[in-house]
Amino acid sequence: MTALAQAPRGTDGHRRSRGVPVPVRGLLRGLPLLPAVVLLVVFLAGPIAYCVYYAFTDMQLTGASGTHFTGLDNFTRAFGDSDFLNSVRLTLVFVIGSAVVGQNTLGLALAVLMEKASKPVRSLTNGVVIAAWVLPEVVAGYLMYAFFYDQGSLNSLLAALHLPRQNWLYTLPILAVCLANVWRGTAFSMMVFSAALNDVPRELVEAAEMDGAGPWQRLWRVTLPVIRRSILTNLMLITLQTLSVFGLIYTMTRGGPGNKSETLPVFMYQQAFQNSLIGYGTAIALVLLVVGALFSAVYIRLLRLEDE
Amino acid sequence: MAVAVETPTGSARRDRSATRPASPRRRSRLGRLGVNLVLLAVSVTYVLPLLWMALASVSNLNTFRLKWPDTFTLDNFDAILNVDTTYRPMLNSLLLCGFGTLITVVVSILAAYPLSRYRSRLRRPFLYTILFSTGLPITAVMIPVYSMFVQVNLIDSMPGTTLFLAASALPFGIWLMKNFMDGVPIVLEEAARIDGANAMQVLWRVVLPLMRPGVTVVTIFTFIGMWGNFFVPFILLLSPEKLPASVSVFTFLSAHDQTQYGQLSAFSLLYSLPVVMLYLLLSRKLGGGFALGGALKG
Repeated sequence: MTALAQAPRGTDGHRRSRGVPVPVRGLLRGLPLLPAVVLLVVFLAGPIAYCVYYAFTDMQLTGASGTHFTGLDNFTRAFGDSDFLNSVRLTLVFVIGSAVVGQNTLGLALAVLMEKASKPVRSLTNGVVIAAWVLPEVVAGYLMYAFFYDQGSLNSLLAALHLPRQNWLYTLPILAVCLANVWRGTAFSMMVFSAALNDVPRELVEAAEMDGAGPWQRLWRVTLPVIRRSILTNLMLITLQTLSVFGLIYTMTRGGPGNKSETLPVFMYQQAFQNSLIGYGTAIALVLLVVGALFSAVYIRLLRLEDE
Repeated sequence: MAVAVETPTGSARRDRSATRPASPRRRSRLGRLGVNLVLLAVSVTYVLPLLWMALASVSNLNTFRLKWPDTFTLDNFDAILNVDTTYRPMLNSLLLCGFGTLITVVVSILAAYPLSRYRSRLRRPFLYTILFSTGLPITAVMIPVYSMFVQVNLIDSMPGTTLFLAASALPFGIWLMKNFMDGVPIVLEEAARIDGANAMQVLWRVVLPLMRPGVTVVTIFTFIGMWGNFFVPFILLLSPEKLPASVSVFTFLSAHDQTQYGQLSAFSLLYSLPVVMLYLLLSRKLGGGFALGGALKG
């Protein structure tokens, strides 16, 4: 809207721009940025500032009258709270298990194998893996709930193969949500790696083959070093995505049974809205935000903007 | 490759290669068979949950087991195709995501233009901030956003939620849009400038028509992301009649515990259909990894 306001002035803008002093011209040129800046400041920077402030208060859901500044209380409380430490541990398991190991490795394996597979198989794999990724998060959660349910598909499959069955969502909920996240998220890594492998110069691989390198050696010594930046970028991105997964876990287990699959986002939600401790929930949010910010900073270091 | 190298050499060599236990060609054929089998196995595990949903939606059995239905029925769809269960949540989703996407796309186009065309000391810090915010976990901001919305009375407001959805999609939108805009040669613009067009005219009449594929990518990506978003409306909207489909899948699952899986599958299918179609459209138009590659290379 602000941009439209500029239009009448602009009709003779070309002639006038020479007469306009440089700082004013700079401002005019920056004007189209205004709506973006307003939205980002109000809806992202604002809440983050809010988050930093309220993390140091005892704000509760019921009535804002009793909000006091409490210093580091929320944080000392968190680090003495066994439930918080439990959810930190589970978050680590979830991020490392499902993203760093699961999605990253499976995505790379699929991308490498798909280069060698015949075309129909490649299209099929590509299609189903991406389908799982395109599905809305809650639907994926529901499907995975049904899959891991005691009377669900996985147990029927295991029974058919004469393997021991389990009540996955009760005995190993964190494994179930990890596998669910691998199922849902691998497509992203697969696409990143497929694009990266596409850019590996053919001559390099062929030269290694002529020198007698086997397929494994070619992968380890030639392909992986060439695409290492894509691997790092991918690791950062999937870590960030996995760190904020809420819907998938909440649909499948709601953090339970007990707190056996309660990762930080779920714990934060439950403290803030079910225990009405907004201040405490916000402190946990701040921890999450800081961890996310660190990974995000590493990620932009990796990308490096082009030099001007 | 190895075979091609051997052909010009003498017969002695060829003999030796024939005595080798497995010729490279046969080994590579075996290898390809193995690769195909592994990928087929992975595909099957990927497809099982999807197949279950498809079968459950037309089955009379209402079970979690992956089972061929006794009779195919459309009862599940009949049961959910009414205003409360399907039409209103879908319409709400459409309103939230439609307007949200519109705002994100228009605002990103406007913001991308100066970022792509003008050199300024503030450009790099601004771009770094944008890139940095694409990585921030939006989940973590939701509690402060909730407290903020309570104070300014925006809780349970569809426009408020739409604006927040738009703002949270903005960093990625601006980043993608700027990269696409960088691909439009500046020469064409200069010609229009000489003819007396101003920056906004150049943007809408010259640059945008040339980057239509880019705008399509950003639009579809943003819409798919918002359509699937559960946490934001779950926190910011309260009244049942304002909830979008993502939240109603969840309430459906908790309300009809243990019973109506056929209906829930039918609903999930209908709810997933638009994004699957949009994705197909996107990949048909631009080829699989293209959009993502553009996003990551910077």
